[in-house]
Amino acid sequence: MKDFSNRYIMIFSVVMVVSVAILLSLTALLLQPRQEKNVEVEKKMQILSSINVESDKSDAVRLYDKYIRESFVINTEGNRTEGVDAFTVTLRSEQKKPLGDQSLPVFIAVADNGDTLHILPLEGKGLWGPIWGYVSLKEDLSTIAGVTFDHKGETPGLGAEINTTAFESQFHDKSLFENGRFVSVKVVKGGARPGNPHEVDGISGGTITSNGLEAMVHDGLVKYEKYLSQNRK
Amino acid sequence: MEKVEKEPLWSAKNKKLLTNPLGQDNPITVQVLGICSALAVTVKMQPAIVMAISVMVVLAVSNVVIAALRKMIPGRIRIIVQLVVIATMVILVDQFLKAFAFDVSKQLSVFVGLIITNCIIMGRLEAFAMANKPWPAFLDGLGNAWGYGLILVIVSFFREFLGSGTIMGFPVMEKLGVYNFGYEDNGMMILPPMALITVGLIIWVQRSRNKSLVETK
Repeated sequence: MKDFSNRYIMIFSVVMVVSVAILLSLTALLLQPRQEKNVEVEKKMQILSSINVESDKSDAVRLYDKYIRESFVINTEGNRTEGVDAFTVTLRSEQKKPLGDQSLPVFIAVADNGDTLHILPLEGKGLWGPIWGYVSLKEDLSTIAGVTFDHKGETPGLGAEINTTAFESQFHDKSLFENGRFVSVKVVKGGARPGNPHEVDGISGGTITSNGLEAMVHDGLVKYEKYLSQNRK
Repeated sequence: MEKVEKEPLWSAKNKKLLTNPLGQDNPITVQVLGICSALAVTVKMQPAIVMAISVMVVLAVSNVVIAALRKMIPGRIRIIVQLVVIATMVILVDQFLKAFAFDVSKQLSVFVGLIITNCIIMGRLEAFAMANKPWPAFLDGLGNAWGYGLILVIVSFFREFLGSGTIMGFPVMEKLGVYNFGYEDNGMMILPPMALITVGLIIWVQRSRNKSLVETK
């Protein structure tokens, strides 16, 4: 291998780094609108999935407009906050604020059978990164109508199982409240006790993700406790 | 000046570059490179296949770029240059997956980024592309990615089939009705150590069939 002068090495490095930077930023810039669209469509699909409406990339936007009647933001006292679009609220940055200042999004959907469903978003930590999801509640604001979970980078086949129908469907008809007290739903290692309305089975090999999910459901929904209690029918 | 005879594109030597890594020069079972990702993405077949394709794109293109630049790259910073090329390719692949194959990119999540640390790629750039022309380097990249992908597919087949009872997400075991006879999926298979053991078994089979791979004492 030929020996190069320091001057050549410097110039080579600078040219290399600058051209790579230009190439990458151009690509990122060109692909960004497509990627953002994907993220938005995916969020709508997840919200729809929590009220048990199946959608795909092509009809998610249309179905979202059909089912979701209203969305607004409340605070932990249960009062509405004006001027914030619930769809654009990112929970991760809200969670860094003091509890009283947090914006809590609520989506109201009307199901095919005429029931009004409340959809509440969740965000928490799994093993490798963030996990998030949506919970829809029936009119008693305690019984779960459906859930959807997703994750950024949980291990495929282990923690990543949280977004499978098999896991999510366990939450159907579980209750958040017992005699007016908030108890949430627990993810139990080794299996839930049959008939218990506050427990679902954990995931073998995915204990940390399961625990993170349990904490996310509890910590996320406890903030809505006042709102849910006040508006219960 | 003597005219160098041009080597045909598909000479026997070049064909070997493509086929050797599938068997007796396999990057995982013989060179023992890229084990880390072979353990991580082989729980299910689909991510394993997409991972193999992504590695193929990154490895083939990086090999060509490095081979084309090999006479311009200063030896003292060659590792850095190789890393920059690999990282650029991986980010491009990741960005394209996010824009055009969003579902798959979500499945692979962090593992696409981790292609950067896949030892096969650095290994091939340093061992082959730095000393060869772009075309053989391209074939070498494809060949090694095939060899890597082949092992990934074999391992993920057994792990998904025995661990989850499915093949490519299709519930084979359930359709066969074996659960009715008390059969249960082997939960061990979805844990990473079983990938290592599966790779070990593949190496065992390969070495007992091909004695030339067995080290002499």
